[in-house]
Amino acid sequence: MTWIRRRFRPEQIRELSLLLLILAAVLFFGSQIDNYYSARTFNRISTSVAILVVVAVGQTLVVLTRNIDLSVGSIVGFTAYFVGAILAQHNGMAPWAAVLLAIGMGMVMGVVNGLIIAYGRVPAIITTLGTLAIYRTILVDLSNAQTIITASLPQWVLELPRTNLFSLAGLDLRLMVGLALLVVLVFQLVLSYLPFGRLLYAIGSNPEAAQFAGLPVRRTVFLAYVLCGALAGLAGFMFLARFGNITVVAGQGMELQVVAAVVVGGVNIFGGSGSMLGALLGTVLIATLEQSLLRWAQISEFWRDAILGLLILLAIATDAVILERLRAIWARTGIRVAEE
Amino acid sequence: MWSRLGSRLRSWEGLLLGLVVAVIAVNALQTPFYLRLSNQINLFTLSIEKIIVALIMALIIINAEIDLSVASVMGLAACVVAYLHAQGVPVALGVLAGLAVGALAGAFNGYWIAYVGLPSLAVTLAGLIGYRGAARILIEDRSIGGFPDWFNRLGQEPLVGPFPVSLVLFFLLLALMLVVLHRSAFGRYVYAIGNSRDVARYSGVNVNRVKMTLFVASGFISALAGILLAARLGSVRGNTAEGFELDIITMVLLGGVSIFGGSGSLIGVALAILLILNLRNGMSLVNITGNTQTGVIGVLLILSVLGPNWARSLQERLQRSRRQTGGPGDGATRGAVPK
Repeated sequence: MTWIRRRFRPEQIRELSLLLLILAAVLFFGSQIDNYYSARTFNRISTSVAILVVVAVGQTLVVLTRNIDLSVGSIVGFTAYFVGAILAQHNGMAPWAAVLLAIGMGMVMGVVNGLIIAYGRVPAIITTLGTLAIYRTILVDLSNAQTIITASLPQWVLELPRTNLFSLAGLDLRLMVGLALLVVLVFQLVLSYLPFGRLLYAIGSNPEAAQFAGLPVRRTVFLAYVLCGALAGLAGFMFLARFGNITVVAGQGMELQVVAAVVVGGVNIFGGSGSMLGALLGTVLIATLEQSLLRWAQISEFWRDAILGLLILLAIATDAVILERLRAIWARTGIRVAEE
Repeated sequence: MWSRLGSRLRSWEGLLLGLVVAVIAVNALQTPFYLRLSNQINLFTLSIEKIIVALIMALIIINAEIDLSVASVMGLAACVVAYLHAQGVPVALGVLAGLAVGALAGAFNGYWIAYVGLPSLAVTLAGLIGYRGAARILIEDRSIGGFPDWFNRLGQEPLVGPFPVSLVLFFLLLALMLVVLHRSAFGRYVYAIGNSRDVARYSGVNVNRVKMTLFVASGFISALAGILLAARLGSVRGNTAEGFELDIITMVLLGGVSIFGGSGSLIGVALAILLILNLRNGMSLVNITGNTQTGVIGVLLILSVLGPNWARSLQERLQRSRRQTGGPGDGATRGAVPK
């Protein structure tokens, strides 16, 4: 017991239990669904994780500062649609230019959010509830209700979701999945080692104290929103590549899934604690449940949302009850706990 | 002159009233039919379910909480009624069951928020997803209609004079809420907890019970609104009332209720409701699509906080520059300011 306490922080135990939960889910569905342990299942789940986790990383940056971004679903839809529309007209556009365009588009929307929240001092939930509607409105109005179709897109975009980074024992690691994992890794390092990352935790733990301590609160929150927008833009491009057919409702409701993934992953909704690894695990759990329930014959796919809702509640209840108790045990035994 | 503008801006209700009058005037100039009673009733009826829920949402936000699950509870209650109807249960019983399910859903939210102490944003987000999921389990991808005539009439036909039953219910509820919030001890508790949960608790307010009551009421009223929506539309699907929470919260915040709790009034919310309904109706008159209207409401929501923020910082800057250039009594320091 002491050994455990000396080696691990409560947050790490939480991440470990999430990992066990994912394992349990996989074993359970494996016993229920024929041919569950196949490369197809792995690809399905990993591809849907890839898109969701890129948005979840951005959301985590924002949530760590005790804010929230509900407009990410609209940003994903907006970039997926308009990058698709531009690619459909200019088939010869270079791949890097298309990706940069998507990131740039998302970034501009993130800048708008950040300006209003950090410098206009409008609460995050009001602002992003507003921009959720505004970005979607602009998308619907400019699109004339037309759909981006797969046939109009250049070949490389369509091949992208099937491009492998490498294959290992029959399991393919898709390029998009590799990219998403890279994003998670980079931002985990940013959180752990860069001053910017530490600022996010400091502001989220106590915004007033951070202000009084002379930390650049506004600039940091602004930057978190810009990054969140940029990552949502990148996810928008991945969304376009994966689905090909993009309607004006693309990405609608994604903000809920992403906030759910982040919260299930142990990022405190009141800021100040959480990690990118946790966000990744939360996303994997949600994507696994979602993709597996689709194929489970016993109960209909319509159970998905009900289970998801229960899972989120369970996750935050665990945080509040068990994690607090664990922290208390750690604190009582007098072992220094590195504050996250 | 500036300070007078500032003080008038501080009275949010005053500003809203001005805007409502302006919007109505512009609309009335567009078409002579605008001010007719039938158009005004129609304008209310089209969003009646949302504005009913907005009343209880106002109390919850003043209490420094939020309920994101209202639209899902509306959908769930409607689906319960439709599901039981499809099973052959009399609709009257179904309505009772729907109301009970709504109150239960609210109690479930309230339990975690009031007694376990979880953040309402997270709990009701789970509720938003979960209750919608429960509705989908009941209805799957069907569309259930064919309700008895009395139920459909409930949503559409006039009851008292030209007013349909939902509108009568809204005004009754508004009156009830006005009394509860502004004239009762419970209402003062709601404000006190919204200002500071701890201070309220140390003053002997039963914080948990007030919060629980509010969430149960929110579930019940949302269910009522959902059933009224089912009656008005005549059929129910899994996505009935989806996304309504945005409009409902917008109405409350535009009404001057602080998202941090502790301040705001139902008069403000009622004026915001009038403003949004008339604005939407007016935009429809000049052929602006429903989609664009939603965007305009979004802009309005942000401006409703950004505007006062700007006005305040402008005022502060003016006061500071007035001090520097010297007002009355400032003569002594005046020479020190370089010309």
